[in-house]
Amino acid sequence: MTGELTAHVTALLMPHLILAPIALPLLTAGLMLLLREERQRTKVAMNVGSTFLGLVIAVLLLAQAKQPGVQTSLGVYLPGNWPAPFGIVLALDRLSAMMLVLASTVALATVLFSVARWHKAGVHFHPLFQFQLMGLAGAFLTADLFNLFVFFEIMLAASYGLLLHGSGRPRVSAGLHYIAINLAASSLFLIGVSMLYGITGTLNMADLARGIAGIDPSDRGLLHAAAGILAVAFLIKAAVWPLNFWLVPAYSAATAPVGALFALMTKVGVYSILRLWTLMFSSDAGDSAQFGSQWIIGAGLVTMAFGAVGMLGSQRLGHLAGYAAILSSGTLLAALGFGQTLLTAGLLYYLLGSTLAVSALFLLTDLIDRWRNDGSNLAPYEQTDDAPFLTPDLVPAQGLNLDDKEEVLIGRVIPAAVAFLGLAFMACTLVIAGLPPLPGFVGKFAMIHALLNPLGLGPSGGFVLGSAGWALLALMVGTGLLALIALTRAGIRHFWASHGRASPKLLVLEGLPIALLLTGCALLTWQAGAVMRYTQATADALHAPSTYVQAVMSARPVPNPPGTAPGANGRPQ
Amino acid sequence: MELILALAIGILTGSGVWLLLRPRTFQVIMGLALLSYAVNLFIFSMGRLGLAINKEPVLRAGLPQDLAHYADPMPQALTLTAIVIGFAMTALFLVVLLASRGMSGTDHVDGTRAKDAQEMP
Repeated sequence: MTGELTAHVTALLMPHLILAPIALPLLTAGLMLLLREERQRTKVAMNVGSTFLGLVIAVLLLAQAKQPGVQTSLGVYLPGNWPAPFGIVLALDRLSAMMLVLASTVALATVLFSVARWHKAGVHFHPLFQFQLMGLAGAFLTADLFNLFVFFEIMLAASYGLLLHGSGRPRVSAGLHYIAINLAASSLFLIGVSMLYGITGTLNMADLARGIAGIDPSDRGLLHAAAGILAVAFLIKAAVWPLNFWLVPAYSAATAPVGALFALMTKVGVYSILRLWTLMFSSDAGDSAQFGSQWIIGAGLVTMAFGAVGMLGSQRLGHLAGYAAILSSGTLLAALGFGQTLLTAGLLYYLLGSTLAVSALFLLTDLIDRWRNDGSNLAPYEQTDDAPFLTPDLVPAQGLNLDDKEEVLIGRVIPAAVAFLGLAFMACTLVIAGLPPLPGFVGKFAMIHALLNPLGLGPSGGFVLGSAGWALLALMVGTGLLALIALTRAGIRHFWASHGRASPKLLVLEGLPIALLLTGCALLTWQAGAVMRYTQATADALHAPSTYVQAVMSARPVPNPPGTAPGANGRPQ
Repeated sequence: MELILALAIGILTGSGVWLLLRPRTFQVIMGLALLSYAVNLFIFSMGRLGLAINKEPVLRAGLPQDLAHYADPMPQALTLTAIVIGFAMTALFLVVLLASRGMSGTDHVDGTRAKDAQEMP
């Protein structure tokens, strides 16, 4: 009976559920704006409830997107009930469903973390948070370039507010740069979009993909220029070198939950490039097939190197986490540029794990910094960083001999909170550096495997790995090593050399989100087979965009209900 | 007309980029404003069948309903959205600019007084 009811409700809701990840945060945020600032408790309840509901919806959509047996199972929703090239279209495929689940998971963790402390640091945290989620969900779901722009702007507008949350000079200074570069990027976005419209006459991604092959040869150069300009806008979001100098100051100045949420934003840039590049410049695109792949690979490789060197050079944990986000983004871009399905499947898996780990690292950073500064979180490193890697912490104090009189060390109880922080930090290290058994390793292994065997197991007849392939392989291993060195050094500095410091006060509400994110990582490892099958199906669908195009273009509007005059509301019949 | 528009876009973009690279926050915000004007004009020029000159903006009886006789409505819609968003973002940037000025006591974009910067009178 209940099963029947559930099935009935699901069937009733399902077509409209695609709209829910956008509508729900919008409604919640709108309602919260009506509440006065004193009603924090109500806002907290609404924010947590709505974010949790968002996760449930995302999981439902994921279940819908992965119907077995169908290669591209696609939900297409026409919010204005106009057919595809004319009206707004939302499309749910495996990639968007996966990104939605990832975004909702990170969002749930960060909102829980913020409730412990940070949400009181300024006004309007909760509505801004929900608007940010709305922008993220919209960017993942839209199948229309201009709506992508609008959702990007919603996401960015909310992120400006969130970055400035808590105020203070470093945040305002970093926020100024962040806003300026993103406004410039938005201009590039608009220029690219309008050029594409001028050349192809459409802004619908599917329609665009269909039209690329048949473009007049004299326009092809212009088309490539337009795609390049658009790509620069996305690459700024994806924090590619040399367009990423804003990222580290901004992300490390932001309050911890905001930094963790921002770890998702670089992935939106990667997502947009993956989506548009595979759609527009697939192998069906005639002369434009694989346009720009060398650029994406090159930019990704340099970004990887930059991120790893940056990690090695950072002393603050916040900077370390920021460079880790850059490193992960660079790895994804470089792998993306090869345009091989197996490699894309591996990078999608890597994306999940690394995003969770970087978010967890941002949250951990806050706890560790606060512990280090005995509860205050003002200017954490300003006074202590004169001697970068040899702090007074690291020099054993008089009377505390580390090697000769071991009885000082043995038998000392490690407080549970320190143990938790240390273990969580180790787990993040394992994922970011790509060591077994966590998903960083599985993802990197899958990518390296795909690089060496692009046709899967069995003979890859006559395949030669080019210099770009070798460079990616070397960098993937090398950056892992550098990241490991940097993170280990930070770990030693913060956990082993921390004698004489009081045990941190850790709230359950602060430990829980980190545990949630790391459990996500563990689940990814445990269910690696299932997840890899999913990402493989995603990659197959991405690299054969005709099914996507077909599904979007053939979506028909809902007919007018009987009894209304045909065409009375101006809808095409 | 094309030449005038192209020159206008070029000059606005050039000035905008130059101002964007200046060290004072007020110059940066002016640069962003000029850049957004340039982008808005550029979107207009990207209609199908080129720039719509002397064409009807709305449907009129007796005129065939195709783009050869009407201005392309799409760039207008895009520009309208871009103007609204750009305006809001400029306002936000202005607030951050003032906050930065108030906190750091200088209008330098980095919040620190450059050594060789001349003082405003």
